[in-house]
Amino acid sequence: MKHIDEYRDAERVRELAQAILEIAPATMTIMEVCGTHTMAIGRFGIRQLLPPEIRLISGPGCPVCVTPQSDIDAFLSLAGRPDFILSSFGDMLRVPGTHSSLESERTNGADVRVVYSPLDAVEFARRCPDKQVVFFGVGFETTTPAVTIALRAAREENVQNFSVYSAHKTVPGALVALLSDDGPRVRGFLLPGHVSAIIGGNAYLPIARDFGVACVISGFEPVDIMQSVLLLARQARDGRSEVENQYKRIVTSDGNREARRIVDEVFEPCDADWRGIGTIPGTGLRIRDTYAAYDAREKFNIASPTDSIEPNGCLCGEMLKGRLAPSDCPLFGAACTPSHPIGPCMVSSEGTCAAWHRYGGY
Amino acid sequence: MTKGNTLEGNISLAHGAGGVAMAELIDHVFVGAFKNPILDRRDDSAVLRVGGAQIAFTTDSFVIDPIFFPGGDIGRLAVCGTVNDLATSGAKPLFLSAAFVIEEGFAISELLRIVRSMSSTALEAGVTIVTGDTKVVPRGAADKVFITTTGIGEIRAGYVPSGANARPGDAVILSGTVADHGIAVMSRREGLMFESEIISDAVPLCGLVDTLLDECPGVKTLRDPTRGGLASTLNEIAAQSNVCIEIDESKVPVAPGTRAACEILGIDPLYVANEGKLVIIVSSDHEDCAIRALHSHPLGQGAVKIGSVQGSPSGRVNMTTPFGSRRILSMVYGEQMPRIC
Amino acid sequence: MCLAVPMKVISVDGIVAVVEQSGVTLKARVDIVPDLSAGDYVLVHAGLVISKVDEAEAMETLELLEQLANNEAY
Repeated sequence: MKHIDEYRDAERVRELAQAILEIAPATMTIMEVCGTHTMAIGRFGIRQLLPPEIRLISGPGCPVCVTPQSDIDAFLSLAGRPDFILSSFGDMLRVPGTHSSLESERTNGADVRVVYSPLDAVEFARRCPDKQVVFFGVGFETTTPAVTIALRAAREENVQNFSVYSAHKTVPGALVALLSDDGPRVRGFLLPGHVSAIIGGNAYLPIARDFGVACVISGFEPVDIMQSVLLLARQARDGRSEVENQYKRIVTSDGNREARRIVDEVFEPCDADWRGIGTIPGTGLRIRDTYAAYDAREKFNIASPTDSIEPNGCLCGEMLKGRLAPSDCPLFGAACTPSHPIGPCMVSSEGTCAAWHRYGGY
Repeated sequence: MTKGNTLEGNISLAHGAGGVAMAELIDHVFVGAFKNPILDRRDDSAVLRVGGAQIAFTTDSFVIDPIFFPGGDIGRLAVCGTVNDLATSGAKPLFLSAAFVIEEGFAISELLRIVRSMSSTALEAGVTIVTGDTKVVPRGAADKVFITTTGIGEIRAGYVPSGANARPGDAVILSGTVADHGIAVMSRREGLMFESEIISDAVPLCGLVDTLLDECPGVKTLRDPTRGGLASTLNEIAAQSNVCIEIDESKVPVAPGTRAACEILGIDPLYVANEGKLVIIVSSDHEDCAIRALHSHPLGQGAVKIGSVQGSPSGRVNMTTPFGSRRILSMVYGEQMPRIC
Repeated sequence: MCLAVPMKVISVDGIVAVVEQSGVTLKARVDIVPDLSAGDYVLVHAGLVISKVDEAEAMETLELLEQLANNEAY
């Protein structure tokens, strides 16, 4: 597979591992911001290829994991209504709300459809004009354009029975909030390549400058990740805190303006609740009034549930801030497993705990 | 907290997906109620002594969406599935029953197409469909057509391979590429349409098993890694035999198109269903003979050793990545979902 | 947080491209990445082309890795 296999070359990975070993600093904590990086690190066994001085911790970049219980509960409140089709990405299916999950609602008779693209949900709406099709929009800057295009298509073609419940979020503000907190002593960020394809490398300049954190935008293959760790280790060795771009084949410093333009037409920033982290001003995306007819919250008058409760004893919040590892949580692997998930980091396949459980704590 | 517990509330799709949830359901609901020494063996077929003869006996229901997919259909699957469960118990499949639950409104032309496919697959497998049943249910009470096949086969004299026979030092062999069936079916599912040349590997394996056992009688374990894929089958064997299975990721063959589809959908091919592959465990001194035998048959051309059996940690499957790191190959929880993250 | 796979553009028709990887083809919207032609490699996420793969940059990254192997860089 072109543009994949080159970056899975075992020889290249070994060379990078050797180069990292030669310059590894005394200790260095690197946060991989993105859940897809967490998955890749588990799947390719990257931790074992790094010297023990370099510690990788997982950040808040799994959109499923940071979606608060209240949003899930609010979306699931539609499940009881007749003639509704609830749709989302496969990632959301098993994520537990306070009382239920999409999977449980499907079990109990709700019409739940998993899609690969939000445009497929618009297609369901076209084909079932007597049903209300509601799409649960989760995801960061990478995913929002696809949902935007679905909303635009629905409006242009007057598909009135399609709407979106937006739980979309944006990344840079969350990183600033993490660093401003008393939080983890992160020396480097392994930054999400596909979010960066949209927002551009320049979006991180203030983070590197204001917080003295080394930043490397990284691809998702093992060679990409190893090369990015090497670049971060070099910054630490040289006492630098800059934004470097390992993923130049995809990411420019400017990002994708057209994507940002169309998203801005449909969505506006709002405050957002991040599960385990709390409210971060300006990091949510709300559907603009001009699209109110396609905003499920407005259309169906969904009130935020008042009884949403974060599960007892769950340390996912600390995990999402990068303060704890799964092995620090007393529930991990005992009360909380992929078949009986308690917190979101276990239920999402890219969640830190699920990745640890699946791939082993190696 | 009841929602996370798979044994409270109602049945969910995960309970039928070949993973942890299904294992829990079988353990606590079915094995609990039906408990007996034959069932407790937990192999693909029950091995029975009837009069003087030893026979293998198995049953399987087929519910698949869509009912026609690249490389097969529900009818072909219904014959292959039961034939293969008999074959992997070391039996020569002989007779099948076929029961149909049909939804009101289903096209008779489609039913004919399915039945003709069953007939030709039975011929291919050398089995005869000797009894059957038909029920029609109101529209909505079933999805198009469900088929249950039950089969019996004659056990090779004195020989019963089992998932409990794996021992440290044994070799783990796979007969060919994984994940083709599951991906072929998925490519025709609503909301996931993609075009490819990927076709299901659904095929009767009795000929391949015959060749293998004729030339290499020392085979300890035979399994066809269907639902839950290779990873789940290896985990089952590791648990049944109380051993650790170590496999080498780069040795597991995945066809290029199937691999690409898995990357696109965010699915791990090791957890995707197969309907025409064998996992074989033999002692290391039988390894060459087993691979030679498999290679001599058209369905075993891609056979390769993918790993070996170790003593501990018992019940675990480990995988070495192409980069030399190791990770656990765990049992999947439920059905595989395409993901964007 | 975002799976995206490099695929080759086979054809573009208005806002929809047919893209391919190893014999698997699907349709993807090109709204935010205009000016694509057949043969370009793109990243596809949730049915949308989110970026073009810059071949020259890809070559440069791989060359840098070659230099690393020869102990010339870093």
